[in-house]
Amino acid sequence: MTAAFADGAEMPLKRRLRRAERARQLRALGLVLPLFLFLVFTFVIPIGGMIWRSVEDWEVPQVLPHTVAALADWNGQDLPSETAFAALAGDLQAARAAGTVAVAAKRLNYIINGYRTILTSTARNLKTAPEPGTAKATLIGLNPAWGDRATWAAIKRASGPVTDYYLLGAVDLTRDVNGSIVATPPDQAIYRDVFGRTFAIGFGVTALCLVLGFPVAYLLANLPVAQSNLLMIFVLLPFWTSLLVRTCAWIVILQGEGIVNGALQWMGVIDEPLRLIYNRFGVYMAMTHVLLPFMILPLYSVMRSISPAYMRAAASLGAPPATAFLRIYLPQTIPGIGAGCLLVFILAIGYYITPALVGGAGDQMISAFIAFYTTETVNWGLASALGAVLLLSTLLLAVVYGKLALGRQTTGGLKN
Amino acid sequence: MSANHSPQTASQRFAWMATVVAATLVFVFLMAPILAIVPLSFSSGAYLTYPLPGFSLRWYEDFLNSPRWMLSLKNSAIIGVASALLSMALGTLASLGLAQWKSKWKPLVLALVLSPMVVPVVITAVGVYFFFAPLGLTGNFLGLILVHTALATPFVVITVSATLQGFDMTLARAAASLGAPPLMTFRRVILPLILPGLASGALFAFATSFDEVVTVLFLAGPEQRTLPREMFSGIRENISPTITAVAVVLTVISIGLLTMIELLRRRNERLKGNVA
Repeated sequence: MTAAFADGAEMPLKRRLRRAERARQLRALGLVLPLFLFLVFTFVIPIGGMIWRSVEDWEVPQVLPHTVAALADWNGQDLPSETAFAALAGDLQAARAAGTVAVAAKRLNYIINGYRTILTSTARNLKTAPEPGTAKATLIGLNPAWGDRATWAAIKRASGPVTDYYLLGAVDLTRDVNGSIVATPPDQAIYRDVFGRTFAIGFGVTALCLVLGFPVAYLLANLPVAQSNLLMIFVLLPFWTSLLVRTCAWIVILQGEGIVNGALQWMGVIDEPLRLIYNRFGVYMAMTHVLLPFMILPLYSVMRSISPAYMRAAASLGAPPATAFLRIYLPQTIPGIGAGCLLVFILAIGYYITPALVGGAGDQMISAFIAFYTTETVNWGLASALGAVLLLSTLLLAVVYGKLALGRQTTGGLKN
Repeated sequence: MSANHSPQTASQRFAWMATVVAATLVFVFLMAPILAIVPLSFSSGAYLTYPLPGFSLRWYEDFLNSPRWMLSLKNSAIIGVASALLSMALGTLASLGLAQWKSKWKPLVLALVLSPMVVPVVITAVGVYFFFAPLGLTGNFLGLILVHTALATPFVVITVSATLQGFDMTLARAAASLGAPPLMTFRRVILPLILPGLASGALFAFATSFDEVVTVLFLAGPEQRTLPREMFSGIRENISPTITAVAVVLTVISIGLLTMIELLRRRNERLKGNVA
């Protein structure tokens, strides 16, 4: 009787607890949801849209729909059939009436330089629809390029709905007339250089930050807290100063009639001002300055957690100071070095403002090209493809960083 | 051999001195831009060179009397305050939810929430530019406020989550057991205790928006140009002494924000100390 009563009372309590927990979880979800939806709208959809743009191919199917349909079963070896020529003639006349020839011409011009002229002149000179059966002769008569299968292969390649043209282009690859992937002609191949330069500057800045940041973090971590908090101002104040202010200040310091050149000339060390800005040196100087705190802060937090007992133990076991430092202290700072280097590198490869202001034409990083193709030449496909490659590199590094940071939390920064 | 056992050998003293010298040089490097630009802004001459011909406040007057600079200051303030408030509201709610939510999706959602901090700003700017243009969200304040909020929210979530981690949840349970409904518990018990965290989150968000220039380059029309945006064009064209005055004003604002955050952090630590 009592046992039955206890069972009866226990079940609803368990259920009630479960229900309360479910309600709590739902409430928690409800609190996260507004931010989640907000970020979907302002961040996920825009970036997803950008990635979609890097593979989307809409111009030619929209402007030349019948041609695209007629080329669907073309073998690509000989010239297309009369039907395809007739479809193109019809499409061009319709496009000319709608004023959309330039849209397709721009897209096709990416594949073959000079295509713009072929397409626009043909559309302009095609006064009337060709007689049935004469479309081929008429078009080739207007422009002999229509007798070249490469001209048609370009339309076929751009007939959508998706293309690898921009993504391949972002790594200096393209497809030849037979559709196999080949290297872009050397005079147009610039993006591997740009990515190489971006990563090289990223590595250089990371290395400089590590060399400059390590002694600062070490000093701050080994001083009494009151003193290190005071000195920390020298790290935090520049960290909080506007990026534009710091970039502007570096120009004032390094330019031809700037402070450094002025001082050196006054001391008689140099006669002509040195070129310190609007080149790679200026980029390294300004970017290292901007990113240095991102190295110092993680290094400092790891070094603070290293107990001095380890070094004392090493010394008491007879290790000379240099050995103790290299074998005992340095390995324990590796999580901080890893986190700081990854953070600086991730931030560095995405930089736009600083290289744009203190670099020369040959120091522009990938972000500058993304911005250029978005706002200046309006080649959104290529801008998106370059962006997709940069995003992928950044996210891969961020995942490694996340694993590293998580590992540090669980092992307390002591193991590995 | 035995000398190595004592903590202060000659070589150790030398290594420590080398560290101090190296660190001092790096501190000079870190402070150089600020130290170089402050005196120039008070120069009476029009050239950015030392020695200064004399002292004057003319470049500050120039800044204050320029409608262009004043408009940009106003724009920066509007966008900064609006995105700080919006990201504080969204970020605080999300942090409260994330603190209680248990799900296998949580790491993924957390990664999404923090990703605006990691993704290169130029990518966010380009994506948002493509997406907002057809919606009519370019060339007005709303679009800029939305993007700056997205960029600033991670800082709010990090700051508020850190505060919540130090928050003793038994206090909320005590309030509930004394009969307070959830909303009252939040308003009367939780909110006052996490308020310093909220405030520093909002300051972080404001600072993020106030210093942001890449998305402004893409999204702003001439009527929405912010202070950093004006500085960007100014530096591109020709650095006038007025820019140095603006730079000093911005630096003073940064120092103010940094000081406030530091005070809030100390207060928060004191509160934690009392609660624990």
